[in-house]
Amino acid sequence: MRILIALNVAFLMFVFAYGNARAEVFSPTKFTLDNGLQVVVVSNHRSPVVMQMLWYRVGSIDEPQGKSGIAHLLEHLMFKGTASHPNGEFSKMVARNGGNENAFTSFDYTGYHQTVSADRLEMIMELEADRMNALVLNEADIETEIDVILEERRQRIGNNPSGKLRLKLGAELFPNGHPYGRPVIGWEGEIKSVTRSDILDFYKKYYVPSNAILVIVGDVEPEAVRKLANKYYGPINNAKTPPRPLLGMPDAPKSGEVIVRDARVGQPAWSLSVIAPSLGSSNAGRVAAFEVLAQVLGGGTTSRLYRALVIGDGKVVSAGAGYSSDPMGPGRFVFYASPKPGAKLDAIANDIEKELKKLIKNGLTSGELGRVKKRMLADAIYVRDSLKSSAWALGGALAAGHKISDVEEWPNNIKNINEADVISAAKQIFNEKRKVTAKLLPAQNNGKGG
Amino acid sequence: MTKRIISFFLFMFVVAGSANAFAATVQEVKSKGGITAWLIEDHANPVISVRFLFKGGVALDPVGKEGLANLISGLLDEGAGHLDSQSFQARLEDEAISLRFSASKDSFSGTLKTLSQNLGSATELLNLALTQPRFDTEPVERIRAQILASIRRDMERPQSIAMNEVFESLFAGHGYGRRTNGTAESISAIMQGDLRNFVKTMLAKENLVIGVAGDIGPGALSKFLDDAFGALPDMPNVKTAAEVKPKLNGRIKVIETDIPQSVIIFTESGIKRDDPDFYAALVMNHILGGGSFTSRLYNEVREKRGLAYSISTSVYPFDHAGLIFGHVGTENSRVKETIKIIKDEWAHMAKDGATATELADAKTYLSGAFPLRFTSSGAIAGILVGMQASDLGIDYLDRRKSYIDAVGKKDVLNVARRLLNPDQLDIVVVGKPEGLLSTP
Repeated sequence: MRILIALNVAFLMFVFAYGNARAEVFSPTKFTLDNGLQVVVVSNHRSPVVMQMLWYRVGSIDEPQGKSGIAHLLEHLMFKGTASHPNGEFSKMVARNGGNENAFTSFDYTGYHQTVSADRLEMIMELEADRMNALVLNEADIETEIDVILEERRQRIGNNPSGKLRLKLGAELFPNGHPYGRPVIGWEGEIKSVTRSDILDFYKKYYVPSNAILVIVGDVEPEAVRKLANKYYGPINNAKTPPRPLLGMPDAPKSGEVIVRDARVGQPAWSLSVIAPSLGSSNAGRVAAFEVLAQVLGGGTTSRLYRALVIGDGKVVSAGAGYSSDPMGPGRFVFYASPKPGAKLDAIANDIEKELKKLIKNGLTSGELGRVKKRMLADAIYVRDSLKSSAWALGGALAAGHKISDVEEWPNNIKNINEADVISAAKQIFNEKRKVTAKLLPAQNNGKGG
Repeated sequence: MTKRIISFFLFMFVVAGSANAFAATVQEVKSKGGITAWLIEDHANPVISVRFLFKGGVALDPVGKEGLANLISGLLDEGAGHLDSQSFQARLEDEAISLRFSASKDSFSGTLKTLSQNLGSATELLNLALTQPRFDTEPVERIRAQILASIRRDMERPQSIAMNEVFESLFAGHGYGRRTNGTAESISAIMQGDLRNFVKTMLAKENLVIGVAGDIGPGALSKFLDDAFGALPDMPNVKTAAEVKPKLNGRIKVIETDIPQSVIIFTESGIKRDDPDFYAALVMNHILGGGSFTSRLYNEVREKRGLAYSISTSVYPFDHAGLIFGHVGTENSRVKETIKIIKDEWAHMAKDGATATELADAKTYLSGAFPLRFTSSGAIAGILVGMQASDLGIDYLDRRKSYIDAVGKKDVLNVARRLLNPDQLDIVVVGKPEGLLSTP
């Protein structure tokens, strides 16, 4: 994003997924233009507001060797101008018309979105369609924008020990050139070496109608969207895009542990990331079991991990688990904890493993599964309370190669999970060898927290 | 049970969108027990959002016990009445009810979100939390440990270090100068008696405002208000914080930290919400640094020179003081250049004000973007609370656009001259800025 780039899909999903999860209830209308552009519409008449999202099925995983960061750099440059709307006019027009906008780049996709008064929908559709194939790039803009991105990188990584740790974790969990092992924002040297023609090649190759998904939600009817989409996006010529990279299971990590020590760290942190299935590598029924497992173990203050590690004389101030089924490639199941002063991180890891073993051995307690499922299913209702959630959920699913039914049938998939499914998911996590412990520690190991 | 007789007043008006107007009916609902809430009904989805705010917040934390209001905000849902912490949390989670509290400089707030079918439980739990919190030793020590961890984490963040320095020096000796989280020392000094005293003295009907949105009508809301808030005392027993002027003298303060990017917070005296120049200040700020991708500072610092990823300024109207502050992060070697540009833009605005085009664009943005906030029941309830907390009147949504439309070029110039003085600008830098020293 221009404001916030999704450096780590799994961590992003902690924010978005639980409490804001997907639901069967969006009931979208879906159609495809002659040039291959997929269109999804969700009408919501709470307020006279519409949101347009244009998702491209291209992200950092599609970048050529040695050109890391190019997807994100292009995303920034998409605001520079076209022949009909030069000199950053895009943002000026959106703002002048009372609209808000942003963009983001992730491993699997890139997206652009605007929210405006419903009567300004045509304007933003015209603007977004225009920059799909008419972007003008000049050298000076590229040079300045690279500086901007290097500042973004300093802010997220250089200045931020947790950011550094996340970077090392990605590279260790997905080693040997796996596309998920490079940071979305790119390696500094590679960002600096990207040329204008590299960027234009990437743009021409991937920014075409059949590689995009247009999502319109809000106070508008599907028929009106169809007309406008045909008018503005319809005339854009299509081209064939290269196949997406194969995102196989990663190799085993080298040491299975990454550590960042920094003098500024006052509160250590611990996490364990385990390779897990996703909608990309498995199916909707199977991943639902991992979603339920994450809730049973680590969702909220009555979860197993919170009760075992935090309540009472627990060793940690917070603990939990998270899982996102969203990635195109392998997913991750993450355990995390923040130790109290003096607590040993390895002892915390042991305690968490004990809880996982206990679950596998003794199964769920009476009523536990029902309670967790009931809470998760309520999310399918809450998610409709926000206009924007449908656009994020549906667009994200399609852009990562999943199906609308993966989103719409989510409540049924959760309902169908039984105890055996949860235990089987727990066993898979327990037995998985591809896992990495990440430790954030103060510079000097004074015997505390090591 | 006899049916409650309710009285409520109905106000209908229209919210002006950027072009087409839309109807959002704000109802004032007054319960039998005399508790008032503002409501926007919407039955499309079975969800109810309630936001409420008690005036008085962090600024009133007792000296030596800073962080009290914030600690309380973590404890009200950790056991109340007959329910201990785990029982209370289990009720919330099992019925998918979200109940949260938070403390800010001027207020103590709560947010409740529930499926309509669970409104009864939600009401009971909210009432218990507000009137019979248990403060059992285990949750008190657990939440205290979490806040201590959060204080340690804040000290890792250049942004937090800079903000603490800004408030502590600009508002030295005033409640605004104290940290929301408190310090390790002050948090550790808070006792049971302090917790109980806070609840007894701060949470009352007189300093309470409530906004509600979603799947509830006036009748049911009236009952909810009495059941949830009826047992609160009528009057709070706390002093009001004093009026205060930020101490600005144009200093540069460098807090040397070994990081590649300096974080800079620049602060100037601002304006309070009820000031007649408030809307002019809002427009002026939008042009100067408020507009995300269009402001002068954004253009000069990011678009033209690539000096930063983000730069922005905001108007912060507190109840007893006003600030305009901005933030930017730039490589250590480019700090001086960035500060010079900021000061130049400060001076430029104070000297010449805005152009006609800038003014027109800012006004259409500020009136057009406001209705975009009405996209979830929680956000709508929050706006209704904000309107009451700032005494904006129940027809504010209808009048807001006219306030912005009325701002002229001269108003922008006047407010810029009144507020912006590059020689007064307070600059705090956390990092290793090259060639920049603190002023003595």
